[in-house]
Amino acid sequence: MINKVKEVFAKSMAFREAGPLLALIIIYFLFSIAAPDTFLTWTNMQAIVRQTAIVGIAAIGMTIVIIGGGIDLSIGSIIALVTVAIALSLQNGVPAVAAVFIALALGTLCGLVNGALISRLRVVPFIVTLGTLLIFRGIAKGLSGEQKVDAPISWLNELVIVLKPQDSWMIFPLGVWLMVLLAVIVFVVLRYTRFGLHTQAVGSNEQTAILCGIDVSKLKAYLYAISGCFAGIAGLMQFSRLTVGDPTVAVGLELDAIAAVVIGGGSLRGGEGSVLGTICGALIMTVIRSGCSQMGLPNWVQEIVAGVIITVAVALDQLRRRSRT
Amino acid sequence: MTENMDVHAKLQATDIEVSFGATIALSGATFSLRQGEVHALLGENGAGKSTLMKVLAGIVRPQSGSLSLDGVAYAPQTPLDARKAGVAMIHQELALAPHLRVDENVALGAEPMNGPFLDRRRMADSARAALAMLGDHSIQLDLPASQLSVSARQLVEIARAIASGCRVMIMDEPTSSLGRKDVLALFDLLRKLKSEGYAIVYISHFLEEVWEIADRFTVLRDGKTVETHAVAAVSVNEAIPMMIGAEMAQMYHRSERTSGEPLLELARVKGADSKLNEATLTLRRGEILGIAGLVGSGRSELVRSIFGLEATSDGTIKFASYSGWFPPAMRWRQGAGLLSEDRRDEGLSIDMTVGDNLVLPAVERVETQGWLMPKAKNDAANEWITKLEIRCPGPQATIRSLSGGNQQKVALARLMFCDVELLLLDEPTRGVDVKTKSQIYKIMDEVALAGKAVLMISSYLPELLGTCDRIAVMYRGRLIVSKTVSEWTEEELMLAVAGAADDTAEIA
Repeated sequence: MINKVKEVFAKSMAFREAGPLLALIIIYFLFSIAAPDTFLTWTNMQAIVRQTAIVGIAAIGMTIVIIGGGIDLSIGSIIALVTVAIALSLQNGVPAVAAVFIALALGTLCGLVNGALISRLRVVPFIVTLGTLLIFRGIAKGLSGEQKVDAPISWLNELVIVLKPQDSWMIFPLGVWLMVLLAVIVFVVLRYTRFGLHTQAVGSNEQTAILCGIDVSKLKAYLYAISGCFAGIAGLMQFSRLTVGDPTVAVGLELDAIAAVVIGGGSLRGGEGSVLGTICGALIMTVIRSGCSQMGLPNWVQEIVAGVIITVAVALDQLRRRSRT
Repeated sequence: MTENMDVHAKLQATDIEVSFGATIALSGATFSLRQGEVHALLGENGAGKSTLMKVLAGIVRPQSGSLSLDGVAYAPQTPLDARKAGVAMIHQELALAPHLRVDENVALGAEPMNGPFLDRRRMADSARAALAMLGDHSIQLDLPASQLSVSARQLVEIARAIASGCRVMIMDEPTSSLGRKDVLALFDLLRKLKSEGYAIVYISHFLEEVWEIADRFTVLRDGKTVETHAVAAVSVNEAIPMMIGAEMAQMYHRSERTSGEPLLELARVKGADSKLNEATLTLRRGEILGIAGLVGSGRSELVRSIFGLEATSDGTIKFASYSGWFPPAMRWRQGAGLLSEDRRDEGLSIDMTVGDNLVLPAVERVETQGWLMPKAKNDAANEWITKLEIRCPGPQATIRSLSGGNQQKVALARLMFCDVELLLLDEPTRGVDVKTKSQIYKIMDEVALAGKAVLMISSYLPELLGTCDRIAVMYRGRLIVSKTVSEWTEEELMLAVAGAADDTAEIA
């Protein structure tokens, strides 16, 4: 019996996602002991999932880019730019549905700019997206006159809020379901389509990909466009939470997204990464933040705790994988 | 002798010219490959073999000349074009994606689809079929390529070529990292492919292997085709002058040297987790000791253990008055220096300048009161540039801008700038031209005459026989025999390297 359990355990640990999932459960459990009783409640779990939607969606896009051997530092700025654009659109009487399309189109456009610069100019992604991080943020501030942009009330404000009693059958608000849907789609695309295989091939060994006739620069342009599009959707969620356009929001969010990908088993050297792992990673980040603040720890302690947990989690995962080979 | 037009040709290249900037890589290369043959391309480093191969595989586009495949004009613009036309190049390292599964690697670039999705079943089937055709049934299709052995990776690559319908395969040094057993298996496979009508271009520095497997060979020299012959009609010894051209007046230098006191003594040294199993040797001042052995025999691990780049788990190392294992920083200070076999990735920092690379292990020599003196650095660099006749614009030139031979001279100059007593040279003449080789031999001779000691690893037996005082053989991690050079013949040495001294080897 014990052997059987061991075997099942060993088998499940062989999955890439097992490490992050286990880490998520352990960390949640630890906070449940340390924090007040409210931590282990359904309401709290819902809150954590809700708070993860923004960074989670952005991190799904980041996962694709990182598997393809790249990095996208500009997504925080894209999110801010998108919140401003939505608010300005609504202010000017654009219907909410159209504002959604504007958000997606703007995010995708920003991503295409990244992709074009990376594949045409052959500048490394880190530098290109560091540059556009500043450029997009600057545009957001310019458009908004460096102020928050108010917007009329619309259904867009309800994507990530606490559900009203009559909507409780939905379990989670729309934004969370959107994150789940996107995760499933990307999981399928990465695993079962040519695009997914080529992305992994480029991140794993770019020379081989070229040799095998993969159009690497086109593929890279797509990767960043997708990442930009996901940042656009995350921007929509961000707007929904703030109900205003804010050019200074989501500073450093790209680093949270990268951390989520890496905690989830992604490798910054490319070729490796998992959507499900990334979602676990993003949830871990939220659990740490929420847990620390519910314990009443000051902000600076929270940051140290988050840093330590991220580093330890990734180091442990490395050890686990090394022991397997 | 050169066949300008071969009516039987499957793939024909005529008067190919390629130049990169001012460097002419090929000028008048002609080559014809028949169906069902293994055709070897021979020549010194820099003769243009790899460029010609890249032209055939669509990686390099020729400035002039013509190519035809099955009698039809063939002008591949990319490797994909070549592959679609049926010409595949089997690279050694760079052609598999380490994270992808075996069947994914086989299918890459031509994946079977089922609507918008990959048809994983057909992908696995065609990979299995291609591998089965190669006689392999043991490679697991769901393993990532990173977990395969070198010979299995090669099989996967060949399977990819077969699965995509290629009839011409270009193999670049396919045996360089294989053991003898895997080499024999590869040769069996090549014979099988040959009998099924595949045509194979085979490039190798191991002439004995070429004579074992090839039907014909073409010699390139200075970018031109010199001759094409049937292997059966010419012996290895007759082929070498064709490659080198005019006989070098004096290739090797070995002055009358007398050996002094022992400088390096190893007793039963074993690597902690490397291929090095057991090595015992004594190297005296004034001596050049050669280490012969196959790639992967543990010969590099031997010098790397002495130099502290790899840990040892057993045995004793005594160098000068220092007993025990020391890390590289200490070894430099004690007076030992290593020239790495991997010049580009380990031996030199290729984006740094000649001067910086030269002084790197002993910066204190160009410092005054702890300040780095650019002038002292340049003076030192200029001194060695002159002494070793390094062809470069000056101390400020980056290593990248130098030719292979001149890069190697910088690496060697570093050991001399640091004034080391013990020179550990791992393949010091790899990838350098004949003239530079001769210069390197002369430098080694001078160093030994000055009472220093040299430990030299080489795959090229004639140079060991021409320069060393003693030659020891490394086989499967053990240093098996050591004799003075006059006691070796080239044939005996070759047999010893291949494991004839150890009959149990092939079974193990």
